[in-house]
Amino acid sequence: MHPAISVIFFTVMSGAGFGFMAMLGLGASVPDGPMSAFLISGVAGVLAVAGLLASTFHLGHPERALKAFSQWRTSWLSREGVLAVSTLMLFAIYVLIWMATGDRIIVLGLFVALGAAATVFATAMIYAQLKTVPQWNMQQTPLCYLLFAAVSGVLLAASFAPDGTIFGMPGAMLAMMELLMAWAAKVMWWQQAKKATLAASGSTVETATGLGSIGKTRLLERPHTGENYLTKEMIHKIGRKHATKLRLIAMILGCIIPVLICLVVLLLAISNIWLLAAFGFLMAGLFAERWLFFAEAEHSVSLYY
Amino acid sequence: MTALPQSTGKKLGLVIDLDICVGCHACVVVCKEWNTSGYGAPLADSDPYGSEPSGAWLNRVHTFEVQPDVGPASIVHFPKSCLHCETAPCVTVCPTGASYKRSEDGIVLVDEDMCIGCGLCAWACPYGAREMDPAEKVMKKCTLCVDRIYNENIPEIDREPACVKTCPANARHFGDFADPDSDVSVMVKERGGIDLMPEQGTKPVNKYLMPRPKTNPLMEVDETFSLADMARENTTGATGLLGWIDRALDRLG
Repeated sequence: MHPAISVIFFTVMSGAGFGFMAMLGLGASVPDGPMSAFLISGVAGVLAVAGLLASTFHLGHPERALKAFSQWRTSWLSREGVLAVSTLMLFAIYVLIWMATGDRIIVLGLFVALGAAATVFATAMIYAQLKTVPQWNMQQTPLCYLLFAAVSGVLLAASFAPDGTIFGMPGAMLAMMELLMAWAAKVMWWQQAKKATLAASGSTVETATGLGSIGKTRLLERPHTGENYLTKEMIHKIGRKHATKLRLIAMILGCIIPVLICLVVLLLAISNIWLLAAFGFLMAGLFAERWLFFAEAEHSVSLYY
Repeated sequence: MTALPQSTGKKLGLVIDLDICVGCHACVVVCKEWNTSGYGAPLADSDPYGSEPSGAWLNRVHTFEVQPDVGPASIVHFPKSCLHCETAPCVTVCPTGASYKRSEDGIVLVDEDMCIGCGLCAWACPYGAREMDPAEKVMKKCTLCVDRIYNENIPEIDREPACVKTCPANARHFGDFADPDSDVSVMVKERGGIDLMPEQGTKPVNKYLMPRPKTNPLMEVDETFSLADMARENTTGATGLLGWIDRALDRLG
């Protein structure tokens, strides 16, 4: 599949934003005062909104984007939009009350966390629902999205925590554990995805044409000499060619370097604000991971080309 | 509304006979012609006279080679357009309600004014039946010529999809699959019409008829056959005056 930069940016950034929002909703501690509540919550909000805005850049008609909130009964893309905006509104109320009174309403925060998780789940389901792309059409796909959003949120929460702890645990330690867990899930996903080929899903050029009843089938001539929307959008080969290298880049940037930074913060007991660097590397690694997620995926229409 | 109808009154669709299609692409061209000049936005091309011409087409003819276990390979021309699936995955993924399946006749359509051009429906279609218009940035697809089949301003004989009407070999047929006695239903029953990629669970309405078995698939290949021999003039059996002249000239060497 064609890896559109806007969609990669959308899934990574809004994942991080909603992940951090969930941590704040669950009560992750931040420095006292309404200003810090505003600025730190702003980080979560800006990440989520930037991601959502980026997603509109790949639309043919972004000016009609509001219509996308209407079909939540059937469409995961619509659900994602509705959940994202509802969660953002709940979060805004939570933060306003927090800034005004200094109180963080636990129930409201829990709903924010729940909404954030549901939003990330819906984002993943936009891809995981597609039977046409067997690599995405796996239960592990939403799990990976959720774990990466969570680890992005934990790293940010750990960076801003005044005493470096989240829910009473050393933030760097929690972040390190989460990093290892998320990437372990991703490695398992890669293993599964290798087996989830079109052929394994039962689709071959023979079933695509029905000619299997006669014999072995191969394409002799394309319908046209040039490229078309389908070949550009759904038949992308660069990703598969460089997959191993890109996986390594994603793992080094997104896992090994952030884990090392967490270890340094833990062992040398330096300021946990250094974890922001780990967050930066994680984002870079996730961009590579997400690029591969799209570029490597095989669509059943490729059987006709 | 992007929920699929529980059932549709009619099930309008096409039968495509792969035994008959000669791969002339007339259906492809007439489809482009009709759909660029009728309803909605024109069906655009990008860089049509440049080095990388491309564009949106709603019907395309692929050509495949099939190699049976025994006997020579054969070439099959394979026209492909929207199959107007009963459980169309392209419809339910649409976030805006632009994509819909009509409950009266089962035709799958796009409301171009509602389409935001996100492309998710094209990703959800296993067959590659939907293409984004490069100029208008809305999703385009086969409408089963909904603006012909019900069009009272054209003669009744022309009220069928342009591709069916134009096919010089009669490889495409249009009709109602909900009626068991319709021409298309009978044809599918008699020839064992099939679904493309049934494993995708889309329940396509359009059916394909496979090429009929070769009359003599096991014909031995004649090893002594030679094109050079064939090119040489053969006068065996010539009689009369011409036969005499032939033999006399042969003797001259």
